[in-house]
Amino acid sequence: MNAVQPTPSQTVGPFFGYALPYDQGPDLVAEGHPGAITVAGRVLDGAGEPVPDAMLELWLGETGTRRALDRTGEGVSGFGRCPTGADGSYRFRTARPAGPYLAMLVFARGLLRSVATRVYLQDGPDPLLDTLDPARRATLVAEPVGEGTYRFDVRLQGEGETVFLEF
Amino acid sequence: MTHPPYLSPAYRSSVLRAPSRPPVVLRADPDAVELTGPVFGHDEVGELDADLTRHHAGEPIGERIIVTGRILDAAGRPVPHTLIEVWQANAAGRYAHQRDQHPAPLDPNFTGAGRCVTDEQGRYRFVSIKPGAYPWRNHHNAWRPAHIHFSVFGTAFTQRLVTQMYFPGDPLFPFDPIMQSIPDPAARERLVAHFDLDVTEPEWALGYRFDVVLGRTPTEEP
Repeated sequence: MNAVQPTPSQTVGPFFGYALPYDQGPDLVAEGHPGAITVAGRVLDGAGEPVPDAMLELWLGETGTRRALDRTGEGVSGFGRCPTGADGSYRFRTARPAGPYLAMLVFARGLLRSVATRVYLQDGPDPLLDTLDPARRATLVAEPVGEGTYRFDVRLQGEGETVFLEF
Repeated sequence: MTHPPYLSPAYRSSVLRAPSRPPVVLRADPDAVELTGPVFGHDEVGELDADLTRHHAGEPIGERIIVTGRILDAAGRPVPHTLIEVWQANAAGRYAHQRDQHPAPLDPNFTGAGRCVTDEQGRYRFVSIKPGAYPWRNHHNAWRPAHIHFSVFGTAFTQRLVTQMYFPGDPLFPFDPIMQSIPDPAARERLVAHFDLDVTEPEWALGYRFDVVLGRTPTEEP
C-alpha cells in the first residue's frame, strides 16, 4: 500500500444551505417521542455577534433505528444536523445519550476546519471536564432551562470561548 | 501541517470566527463517543442523487464531467459504505442559494447538490458539470477558483471532513486565500483533482479523479 497523506480541510463556505440541511435533520427523534429533550442555543463569533451561516452536527454514539437521512423508521437516530438561523440559533430534538454528553461538530463560513465540542447535560466527575478550570468547564455544560430543554451556546472566539477538542 | 490554521487573516471571515485557544487534546479514550460515527444505508440515497445533471427536466448548461475516486483511511485502506455529499456553483459560477448575489445566470436545470455512498472498495462517482469561477467580496477583485465542495463522514466522528476539490491548472490558485490558507504546497496539491482519460467517456464527458484521505482516529494503528 502506498503511503497516503491526509486531505486538508476547507471551509464549508456560505452556500451550503441549499445542499446539506435536510428535512427533519435536527430531529433525532420524532415529535412526541417519550423522553425527548431539546438542545438549543446560538453560535456566536468573537464580537459576540450571531453566526447565521453555521451548521451543527450532533452524534449520540449509535446509529439507531430511525434513519439519519430520510428519517423513516421508529425510535432514535444517532445523528442530527441543523443550520443556524439569521439570529445564529439552532435547535435539536433528541433522545438522551447513553453517556453524559452528546458529541457536536460546528461548521461555518470562516471556519477553515470544523470544530469539535461536547454538550454535557449535567456537570459531574468526568475525565475531560476534570482537566478544565471552572470557567472553561462551564462552557461544555448545557444549562437546563425548563422541562427537558437545555441551552448550549457555542462561542467560537474570545470571552467564554467554548472548549474545542482535538482527538 | 495538513490542515489550514483556523486564523488565516487573508481569509477575512476567519478573523472573528477562529478559536483563539488551542484545542484541548483528548487522551485516547476507547469509550469516547467520537470514535464511532453514523452509518448511512445505501437505500437512503437515491440512484439519481449522484448524477447532478439529471435532477431537472432538461440538461444543465456547461461542460459535462465525471468525478470519481476513493475514500481512504490514514493507512490507505478503502472506506466502504460512507456518505459523501457534494455541492457546487453552476457553469456560470452561481450557486442555487438565495444569498448568492453574483449577477450570473441561474440554470433552471441545475441545482448543484448531490450525494452517494461509497462501494465495497471505497469508490464513489458523480456526474456533474464543471462549476464556474466566481467573484466574492473578500478583497478587491477576489475570485474563487472553480471548486466542488465535498463532505465526507468516514467511520468515526473524528474523521469527519469537509473540503473543496479544485480543477488542475486553474490560474486563480495563487490568489485564493482559502486554498492558500493551507501552508504546505504539497497538501494544497492534494485538493486538486487529476484529469484522467480513462475516466473520460468518448463523446460524452471529461473525467477527473479525486481521492480523499481521512485523518487517523486516536485508536487506529498507523
